[in-house]
Amino acid sequence: MNVDLPLPEPYKYGFTTSIETLRAEKGLGEGTVRFIASQRKEPDWILDMRLKAFELWQSMTPPQWSKLDFAPIDFQASSYYAAPKTQKTPQSLDEVDPELLRTYEKLGIPLREQERLSGITSEIAVDAVFDSVSVATTYKKALAEKGILFCPLSEAIEKYPDLVRRYMGSVVPAEDNFYAALNMAVFTDGSFVYIPKGVRCPMELSTYFRINAESTGQFERTLIVADDDSSVSYLEGCTAPKRDEHQLHAAVVELVAMDRAHIKYATVQNWYPGDKEGRGGIYNFVTKRGLCAGQGAHISWTQVETGSAITWKYPSCVLKGDDSQGDFYSVAIVGNHQQADTGTKMIHLGKNTRSTIMAKSVSAGRAQATYRGLVKMTKTAKGARNKTQCDSLLIGDQCGAHTVPYIEQQQQNGHIEHEATTSKVSEEQLFYCRQRGLSEEEAMTLIVGGFCRDVMRKLPLEFAVEAQKLIGISLEGSVG
Amino acid sequence: MLKIENLHAGSEGHEILKGLSLTVPLGQVHALMGPNGAGKSTLSYVLAGHPSYQVTQGKIEWQGKDLLALAPEARAAAGVFLAFQYPVEIAGVTVMNFLNTALNAQRRARGEKPLDVISMAKFLRQRAQSMQLDEAILKRPLNVGFSGGEKKRNEVLQMAVLEPSLCVLDETDSGLDIDALRIVADGVNAMRSKDRAMLIITHYQRLLDYIRPDHVHVLQKGRIIRTGDASLVAELEEKGYGDMHAP
Repeated sequence: MNVDLPLPEPYKYGFTTSIETLRAEKGLGEGTVRFIASQRKEPDWILDMRLKAFELWQSMTPPQWSKLDFAPIDFQASSYYAAPKTQKTPQSLDEVDPELLRTYEKLGIPLREQERLSGITSEIAVDAVFDSVSVATTYKKALAEKGILFCPLSEAIEKYPDLVRRYMGSVVPAEDNFYAALNMAVFTDGSFVYIPKGVRCPMELSTYFRINAESTGQFERTLIVADDDSSVSYLEGCTAPKRDEHQLHAAVVELVAMDRAHIKYATVQNWYPGDKEGRGGIYNFVTKRGLCAGQGAHISWTQVETGSAITWKYPSCVLKGDDSQGDFYSVAIVGNHQQADTGTKMIHLGKNTRSTIMAKSVSAGRAQATYRGLVKMTKTAKGARNKTQCDSLLIGDQCGAHTVPYIEQQQQNGHIEHEATTSKVSEEQLFYCRQRGLSEEEAMTLIVGGFCRDVMRKLPLEFAVEAQKLIGISLEGSVG
Repeated sequence: MLKIENLHAGSEGHEILKGLSLTVPLGQVHALMGPNGAGKSTLSYVLAGHPSYQVTQGKIEWQGKDLLALAPEARAAAGVFLAFQYPVEIAGVTVMNFLNTALNAQRRARGEKPLDVISMAKFLRQRAQSMQLDEAILKRPLNVGFSGGEKKRNEVLQMAVLEPSLCVLDETDSGLDIDALRIVADGVNAMRSKDRAMLIITHYQRLLDYIRPDHVHVLQKGRIIRTGDASLVAELEEKGYGDMHAP
């Protein structure tokens, strides 16, 4: 195909907000850990957790098993804390720095609470995290009326220490892996959610992560606990400015679902992916895990990964409660020099536990996409079932797609199904679409959209349209 | 008017069309017949602008425009439609979504306002009914799991939706049983209009029993060797292509 395409302008969130920032000096040592804790005015038990994790981290080495190719990260080269200087904890939206409000407006994130019009506007509660701190959380009051806690983790540590003490680190302990240990040592604001017994959260909850400061990593930690018979749907979004340097994002997300509780966790990850030559972009090393602690609990991960130079991420489910269920629906779209090694772990412990994995990858340019997934059924997981479907779509002939399934079956009557396909966008498909009037890029977006459809349908409606657009943007410049 | 003059074209350095000339005025239906390998499908691909085919000589004008200078999607917006001999499958994209995207892309290219979702859905359902297609087909992924007949009817459905002014049908009759053939022919006949030119490419006379062409051309070895009225169809049927010579 030899068509002249306009120069792609693929990343529209690459701007920087100019705001006075208080930040930790570059480098990572015990002093850094103490600095972060003191900035956040944390109690000693949190500082103890941090220091223990830091000590542990120093004895660990980065994991080498992924199919990711990059120079070793210099952990002393970045700063581990950055917060807008004007930011005291705002008591209401009126107190939020207007520059920050403008930033979120530009990103298309609603920080104003809508007038309540039943059935007309769908409400979304937002926790906005800017570098290391939460700068605004909406609908807190409306949610509190139902007993739902939705706030930055720092506020939860102060106000609900018992819940935090009980659950933080219970699903992803510091010793889990290198990046989880790093996160525990230097974690900053993510969101905290608690849904009480029998409550269905009346609106979508979401956290919007923005990296702004230069040479700074983001290390948020998010904790969601859904008590018996409750349900919640949660979405996170992420963007960052365009820069030539790589910035590190090493987050931890923990979910706990009690008896018959249902947590839907969706991610639209759009960190800056780097430029055409592979300069810059976020290094995204994230540990996400959900524990189906109770009988009949259900945790569902949906992710649309279009950003980051490197993605290392395996949102997983530990199916401990009998009859509990875990789902993983994923689309990873990589172009230029992006690399994604992503997948899931489904650990079946309880009886009659079920898991579904649907992982799709689209690779273009010189990008590499790897699905890596573990399905494990222990002796206690009688009657467990898993179904895995991995599909890869290739655009052009310089990219790659890889599927690496691991299966550990200790259960005689468990049932595991694995299917995988690889296909290419064909010239005939593109021509057919163009003959009907679509441009080459519209055709590509349509074909890739169709390929991803089964996963996109799992996204909350409000975000499905946005995610669909993102596919188009991610693919700009990938034809020709 | 479609005006093809001395067209030489081929693929991968191999010349297939060797000086083809053909004129189809608006309001007329022309049939292009010929044996396998004569270059029938090549002509349809060249008209639509398939990137694997290269034109080495000659010109194609459509409504006074130089068609060869336009990208495939610009040709579509200029009213050129090709009903494919082998329609492709696109998983996960419903017929409804595909037609919605295509029609609105063409409307935008022509400077018209896109149709809103509700008017679009209504329009598509109505067109599907007129093709005697179950509305359910609109919700199925494009051509995936379609029978041969469904694929061809879906091509004609797309033609009815996009309302092109130049319709090129490439062996739309192949793989159709007699009922499907009649439905397809009805769909095509319903679109005959003074504002539209049609070129029906076929190997057999079967389809032409239902769609009476104004003119018939015989293509052999990359050139038109005979042109006549509808009676030429019967002659061909009787004598075969082997006996066909330039008069």
